[in-house]
Amino acid sequence: MFVNSYNVRTFAANLKQGIFNPVRMRINTFKSITLFAIFFAVFNVSFASEIKEAGDDEKFDPKEMILHHVKDAYGMHLFDFNSHPVSIPLPVITYTDKGLTMFSSSEFHHDYNGKVIVEKNGQRFVNVHEKVYVLEEGATSVKYDAEHHPTNAHRPKLDISITRNVFMMWVSIAVLFLIFLTAARRYKKSDDNVPSGIASFVEPLVVFVRDEIARPMIGEHKYKRYMPYLLTIFFFIWINNIFGLIPILNGANLSGNIAFTFTLAAITFIITTFSGNKNYWKHIFWMPGVPVPMKIFLMPIEIIGMFVKPISLMIRLFANITAGHVIILALMSLIFVFKTVAIAPVSVAFSLFITVIEVIVTAIQAYIFTILSALYFGMATEEAHH
Amino acid sequence: MTITGIAAIGAGLAAIGAGMGIGRIGGSAMEAMARQPEMHGKIQSSALILAAFVEAVALFGVVVAFLQG
Repeated sequence: MFVNSYNVRTFAANLKQGIFNPVRMRINTFKSITLFAIFFAVFNVSFASEIKEAGDDEKFDPKEMILHHVKDAYGMHLFDFNSHPVSIPLPVITYTDKGLTMFSSSEFHHDYNGKVIVEKNGQRFVNVHEKVYVLEEGATSVKYDAEHHPTNAHRPKLDISITRNVFMMWVSIAVLFLIFLTAARRYKKSDDNVPSGIASFVEPLVVFVRDEIARPMIGEHKYKRYMPYLLTIFFFIWINNIFGLIPILNGANLSGNIAFTFTLAAITFIITTFSGNKNYWKHIFWMPGVPVPMKIFLMPIEIIGMFVKPISLMIRLFANITAGHVIILALMSLIFVFKTVAIAPVSVAFSLFITVIEVIVTAIQAYIFTILSALYFGMATEEAHH
Repeated sequence: MTITGIAAIGAGLAAIGAGMGIGRIGGSAMEAMARQPEMHGKIQSSALILAAFVEAVALFGVVVAFLQG
């Protein structure tokens, strides 16, 4: 069941019905499984090649490699060719006392240990663990304190670099635009609104969000106002989760970035707060139907609850996606920790298994985020019924 | 014992709590689905939502452990 549901259309159709129909799933099962296994085996090998690069200097440190993968970076490292890293250079844009400075991340020559110094605009920049630092006057190399923080360099006032996360976000936006504008054009062309082409892929998902998420959670009368937002976050989170699983784009841990999830949760919080009606605020500040001491006791709890809801949305998405990446990479690092090929089949098999589960998790997390947002909107707009 | 070790124990405890919680939700959902197969869809989606709530608390624990460890 797990293996097959990568077939998104089938998966969506099943989600829509709320059941996993075994007969429908059996279509092309063998072909699907084989292709799927081959794809992911290849992908996992590409993960391994990334680890190899990190492990070249004598002792292999899985923690550092994993953190480096999970965090944001200035360049987009794709793969190694003849032990030479191949990457997409992205612009580093900083704002300091001397104004805006912009240069390509390729000028760091894949260095993130603060060794390569880039001179631009009368300032010297170094890349220390994927954070750009400006060297102070007269300093020629970075010096560190006991906790490995640079002592003679400081962060620029504003770092608005197009990092790999920002880049992947733009790619996902472009892909979403492509999918949905094409689908919309299909509807415009057809006379009878029968979906064809990509529209027949999009329609069940949109209907799923409407009938399974918005309608039951918000209510028949008000759900339409929230549909655009719910659809946006559903598809945006889903596609970014999927991009995070494609190892050749191995920097795209976008939905595992706390700033990204924070922004989405903050938007949900703002919409909830502004669409809250009298009944919603009454339940927070003066809970109806309970004695007065209880009302006073419940007020701070409800106010904390107001903020905990978006915070839990933020942490759930962040932790789930990051944990998935960490597990896959940790399994692959086993090979390099034990320094033997014998462990490779086990570790590839396990990470294949986890990858398959992660494919399901991509959809489930998008679903959970959307349905909980809808639930909060529903709570905010609910009318008094007592 | 170092703070890293204690943080690891904390993460483990969070995982045990979440395992028990999600296990109970899953078990009850299965029983309910067996009793009323026609409610399958509704039970499944509410079980997923409840599992997400339980998981969130565990993830709070894991994140705190991660920051400490």
